[in-house]
Amino acid sequence: MSSLLVILIIVVYLAVIFYVAFWAEKNSKSKWVNNPYIYTLSLAVYCTAWTYFGSVGLAATSGLTFLTIYLGPVIIIPVWIILMRKVIRISKINKISSIADFVSLRYGNNRFLGALITFVCVLAIVPYISLQLKAISETFNVITKHHIIGNSIINDTTFYIAILLAIFAAFFGTQHTDATERHKGIITAVALESIIKLVFFLIIGLYVTFYLFNGPTDIYSKVSKLPNFEIQQTINGVEGGFNWFLLSILSMIAIMLLPRQFQVTVVENEREKYLKKVTWLFPLYLLLFNVFVVFIAWGGKVVFENQQVDADLFSLLLPLNNNHEFLALLVFLGGFSAAISMVVVSTLALSTMLSNNLIIPYGFLRKYSEGESEENTESIKTIRRLAIFSLIIVAYFFYKFFTLDRSLVSIGLISFVLIAQLAPSFFGGLFWRRGSSKGAIYGIIAGVIITIYTLVIPFTIDSQLISTSLINEGLFGSNILKPYQLFGLQIFDPVPHAFFWSLFFNFLIYAAISVAIKGSYRERNFAEMFVDSNKYASMHEDAYVWKGEAYVKDIKKVLTRFLGDKRTERALNLFYMKHNLNKNIQYADARLVNFSEKLLTGSIGSASSRILISSVVKEEEISLPEVLNILDETQKAKASNKELKERDKQKDEFLDTVAHELKTPITSIRALSEILLDDEEIDTTTKNKFLTSIVSESDRVSRLINNILDLEKLATGKQKLNLNKNSIETTIQKSIDAVQQLAFKKGVKINEEGVKNTTLLYDEDRIQQVILNLLSNAIKFSNEENGAVAIFTYINENKIEISVEDNGKGIPQDELDLIFNKFYQSKNQTVVKPEGTGLGLAISKQIIESHNGKIWAENIKPNGARLTFTLPLNSN
Amino acid sequence: MRKILIVDDEPNIVMSLEYIFKKENFEVFIARDGEEAIEIAETTIPDIILLDIMMPNVDGYQVLNYLKSNEKLKEIKVIFLSAKNKISDVELGLQLGADKYLSKPFSTKKLVKEVKTLLTKK
Repeated sequence: MSSLLVILIIVVYLAVIFYVAFWAEKNSKSKWVNNPYIYTLSLAVYCTAWTYFGSVGLAATSGLTFLTIYLGPVIIIPVWIILMRKVIRISKINKISSIADFVSLRYGNNRFLGALITFVCVLAIVPYISLQLKAISETFNVITKHHIIGNSIINDTTFYIAILLAIFAAFFGTQHTDATERHKGIITAVALESIIKLVFFLIIGLYVTFYLFNGPTDIYSKVSKLPNFEIQQTINGVEGGFNWFLLSILSMIAIMLLPRQFQVTVVENEREKYLKKVTWLFPLYLLLFNVFVVFIAWGGKVVFENQQVDADLFSLLLPLNNNHEFLALLVFLGGFSAAISMVVVSTLALSTMLSNNLIIPYGFLRKYSEGESEENTESIKTIRRLAIFSLIIVAYFFYKFFTLDRSLVSIGLISFVLIAQLAPSFFGGLFWRRGSSKGAIYGIIAGVIITIYTLVIPFTIDSQLISTSLINEGLFGSNILKPYQLFGLQIFDPVPHAFFWSLFFNFLIYAAISVAIKGSYRERNFAEMFVDSNKYASMHEDAYVWKGEAYVKDIKKVLTRFLGDKRTERALNLFYMKHNLNKNIQYADARLVNFSEKLLTGSIGSASSRILISSVVKEEEISLPEVLNILDETQKAKASNKELKERDKQKDEFLDTVAHELKTPITSIRALSEILLDDEEIDTTTKNKFLTSIVSESDRVSRLINNILDLEKLATGKQKLNLNKNSIETTIQKSIDAVQQLAFKKGVKINEEGVKNTTLLYDEDRIQQVILNLLSNAIKFSNEENGAVAIFTYINENKIEISVEDNGKGIPQDELDLIFNKFYQSKNQTVVKPEGTGLGLAISKQIIESHNGKIWAENIKPNGARLTFTLPLNSN
Repeated sequence: MRKILIVDDEPNIVMSLEYIFKKENFEVFIARDGEEAIEIAETTIPDIILLDIMMPNVDGYQVLNYLKSNEKLKEIKVIFLSAKNKISDVELGLQLGADKYLSKPFSTKKLVKEVKTLLTKK
């Protein structure tokens, strides 16, 4: 196929990808962009060109080992879901934008740790990116049957592709300054590419298995006749088993910690529940991808039996060998998709780390703390864009000038082992409170050094064909220091061997230093927040312990430099609203300090935002126990806060109503008095009428005040009951006498025939108050004509029931319970104010309940209401 | 003669306002709840309504809503008289289209002045 045609196809393909990304960015709210399928597919950025070509090569040369790379993730998925849910939650709360941010924040927002992790990631991933470029270049050359002449960059298509990818990543990766904002364009494009690479790989798999051969059994019967077949297709006894085991663990770690995986899983996660879909869909994807790997590898071995052919390229060479160029083109495009997804997402993730964890905190903070918001955000974006370009260009030159002659798999695995050095501090930090920043730092450094010694150096020596004495004889000729057999450990292959020793020392040092040296209070604070994330998630800013002096004005100034006036104002207003704070507060509290740090974190990373905020606030040291104490207290306070809020609301409502009820009579009093004061011509009758009204309204006010005080005393238990043995008949009689006048005026007859004489223990004044209240209500609500009220008692086991009935309209069914509420006014109440205060029944209820009795209302037939209360008979 | 409708469920408030506005040469109408207020407003079309908010059944906000959605009644001036004096209450009242909001207890002189200014504005 001609180079020009392939280049044209690549350009068209890239244009489609650009368009999709652009569309997704424009329609970022669309459900086509926001769904668990896109999310799951984006995770498949795990399958790179290495998967596409390398695993076939690995399967052909060393058998089933390739499976571990995918088995690890498949096995770990259920655990992964739980772990990642925690990681995602923590990251969202703290606005974490990369794995470097995550780990460094956990260890007290340690700037150096963040930089170190960034360094490790760049070290691990840049060669990995070169690998992708190498895959693109090699497959391009194969498909165009192009032979490389010289080493000129100008004639190298891969160079231009690399530049296009950098433009893509820089354009769609820096739409927002806040790196925690989701990059919908890139993710949607990656998801689309995940489909493309899988479908094309399945096509070539089916083609090899069923077109070139007659199904799996045919391939197997042919390949099994080849020499050495047995050894390759089994696990190889106990030693091989260990290798398998370690490689599976390695890939489990990789699926969680690779910067690009962290980017797609955590940073780009829109909703936690998307993880559910991942549980089955992602393993399915990986399995589908790997079904045909073995068959393509075997097919290649059979077809190219005695030829010197790179096994990595089997999937491309098989169709070419049969002159199926179009099919080969599909394979090329599939691999191309896999490669560019990886390159774009990896550079995006690395550029965020480079800017937020290395460049800004170490170089640009001073500049930013003086600059204007627009300049600053532009400058942050420029740093990220430059980082993306530099990463890709460095990767390109790395590929160009280091002969990467080893198979695709080896470099990939080296980068896995390097990334795995983050595992002890990452997982330790999630579950172990004591894990400290010093432990993390020294552990990682040790792990990286061992990896370099046991894997990177010997590997480079191997591939550059320099003297091999180091590998064969060890450093200083010492057997113990042989890079591939450190301390005489011989059972492992190089990669599992390096993985084992580096992680062994990394973990040991991390644990030992953490136990030996206590971290600072800040570390411990974040440790609590990470380890107990569920507990602290609901506390938000309250989980951050901080003591000191800070002015809102100063903090605002810093925020404005990055967010601009409008966004700062909006964010702060939301914060005030959430915490019920006055907009004009001058002193910032711990919550505001933490909130502001988080606000900046997305833009400049946690380390820088901490430094910037610290520069305008005066923090006091807190001791470790104090941190834990404060956390514990806020926790408890938070738990009872809800209850308090509810009570507060009720209290507010009560006070509102009290105010209203008091203002109403005062309004009358004022209006009437003003008339009397101003109007000199007022006639005596009107004057008297007004004065009488003023007196009665004044009475109403004092009655109301008494009632409120009464209620308050009863409710808080300040009012002691004056319990004595009393005759209920006498008390009822006294009450009837008191309302007789009222009943007479309204023409209501009171029937007291059902009252039995019983003596029991109660506060007579209080119970009389209740009966009086019930009777006057009954009189009030009884029928306008021939109104009648009845009172009777009834002894029921160990209590006495006292009921008051009227023959009025009754109480609406849905209000039966409500009438005992304070200030409850029945909808049906037509009685002219200002008679009741709306507190009578509420007070009665309090009194009865303090006597351990009950009070309730019911309707009776044919009409009327009955209110009943009980008093216990043996309350002595 | 200009017509004023006083809507309140407090008899003494009604009594005092009735006295005051009669002296100011208004034709005074009285309603003790929201429903009655709407009924009287429709039949008499007053120039101005003094409207309480907290009333049983139909409250002051509802009355105002009714008035403003009715071609015939929406020109009527409305002054809210209420013991509710939180900023949110006042804002709600004015948003709904009340011309003035006086919180209880109010000065009767001020009330008379407000009524007069509102009516001369027309």
